[in-house]
Amino acid sequence: MDGKILTASPIFEVQNVSFEYERIPALRGLSLTIDRGQSVALVGANGSGKSTLLRLLDALSFPSSGTISFCGDQLSPELFRNDGYALSFRRRVALVFQNPDVQLFNPTVFDEVAFGPLQMDWSSAEVVAKVDKTLQLMGIGHLRDRAPYRLSGGEKKRVALASVIVLDPEVLLLDEPTSMLDPRSQSQLIDLIQQWKGSAKTVITATHQLEIVEDIADRVFVLEQGSVAASGSAHDILSDGDLLLRANLVHAHRHKHGETTHSHPHLHSHEKHEH
Amino acid sequence: MRSNRALGATLVGLARALGRALVSEDLARQCGLLQSLDPRVRVAGLLTLVLAVTLSHRVSVVLALFGTAVLIAWLSKVRLATLFIRVWLVVLAFTGVIALPALLLTPGDTIYTTAIGSLRITAQGATTAVLLIARVETAVTFTTLLVLCTPWMHVLKALGAFHLPQEVVMMLAMTHRYIFLLAETASQMFESRQSRTVGVLDSATQRRVTTRTAGVLLSKSVELSNDVFLAMQSRGFRGDVKILSEFRMRTWDYVGLMAFLAVGAFAVWMGRS
Repeated sequence: MDGKILTASPIFEVQNVSFEYERIPALRGLSLTIDRGQSVALVGANGSGKSTLLRLLDALSFPSSGTISFCGDQLSPELFRNDGYALSFRRRVALVFQNPDVQLFNPTVFDEVAFGPLQMDWSSAEVVAKVDKTLQLMGIGHLRDRAPYRLSGGEKKRVALASVIVLDPEVLLLDEPTSMLDPRSQSQLIDLIQQWKGSAKTVITATHQLEIVEDIADRVFVLEQGSVAASGSAHDILSDGDLLLRANLVHAHRHKHGETTHSHPHLHSHEKHEH
Repeated sequence: MRSNRALGATLVGLARALGRALVSEDLARQCGLLQSLDPRVRVAGLLTLVLAVTLSHRVSVVLALFGTAVLIAWLSKVRLATLFIRVWLVVLAFTGVIALPALLLTPGDTIYTTAIGSLRITAQGATTAVLLIARVETAVTFTTLLVLCTPWMHVLKALGAFHLPQEVVMMLAMTHRYIFLLAETASQMFESRQSRTVGVLDSATQRRVTTRTAGVLLSKSVELSNDVFLAMQSRGFRGDVKILSEFRMRTWDYVGLMAFLAVGAFAVWMGRS
């Protein structure tokens, strides 16, 4: 990895990737390309393969067939046996898991956020300075000495995000970042993601909450049964009611207007609801 | 519903135990005798004393070591009431059951004859039972002091410094985190089942439900442990335990280590049979 920053060049190239969990296919011949600095949303119903794809992009698992390349390097178990490459990759690509509980395994919030930098062999002074700065940035400085297990859902999500942002990665992978959050915490988290994507980083978010897609992504991939059903700008995808209905992302909403009851695809978005 | 209540009480107990485990991290950050020593000295010193306890054959020596444990606990700001409830009572209950046959069946000089025919308590039997209980109480007290006064990550790093295989250290690290999640999941599964159960289940149904629940919990636990490991790996974990504070031996640490070794060696010498 040469670390050169090239704009609009592919950071991830996924070609014809399939993956199975105990013989149950999760991804089927999926192909997509994500450019540097892009904000991407992977949308799809439960079980469409979003989380699996994020894990493959983070090289936590490897495809059963097909290839995934990061900055031109094809990700493989052999490549990750090289400690130098593995550390460099972990420094550049970070994943926030859907369930923050699996990600928070240290006794205090400070230790949690310091975990990543310590694996990178940064000096103690650098670790302390970086962690303190990140805690302030995320507005969780007051939680510094608290046990992560005792925090609320929103606080846990923030700590989980802080624990990867502290490494200042080039690519941020987010798995259902707003799930289990109350509306206020959701809004705060979206603000944070927007700040992050504004800093020319690549942000890839898996979600089935369409109402946040326009806020967090420029480009959208719709996943259906383990492959890409459609891709395009957030506006184009969200305007295609048939596609969203087919991908189980919206439901036929029945309601009354005066004496008439009718149904139509229903999307909770910020835009005006029209019939 | 009695077994339901028993299961509920067990899960509540487990949750309390986890709460106490969290408190122990607070205790580990206080200023006390053990806390002032390098974690490697704590691990080596307290394990030396545990070894001394197991090698001592005299009750008086084991009791003296127990006194040492109490003194160390007091100087390390560990509440004796905590030790009494969490360690001494529990150990007495379990070891007492094991020691009872020794008390009644060891041949020797009779000191008390029970109302049941040939069952007699002998001086040798009483000594064996007291020695067994005292040894276990003392050894467990030392081990508990180590865990109470040392953050878990420091214990792991200290074990790594003694060349314990990295795989074992990693397994311990995972277990510590994962056990919290498992207890929480078990508790939630129990609550969920309770909320959907109406009336009293017969014992056969209860056994069937409990077996199925245990199976599901096992599957979930495998998945959870896998996820926790992936989350660690994702942030660069390669099997080495790395913590912020680097261990550094000072004069005080050498003094502490020498004191532990001297007490241990003296106890083994005095306690030989």
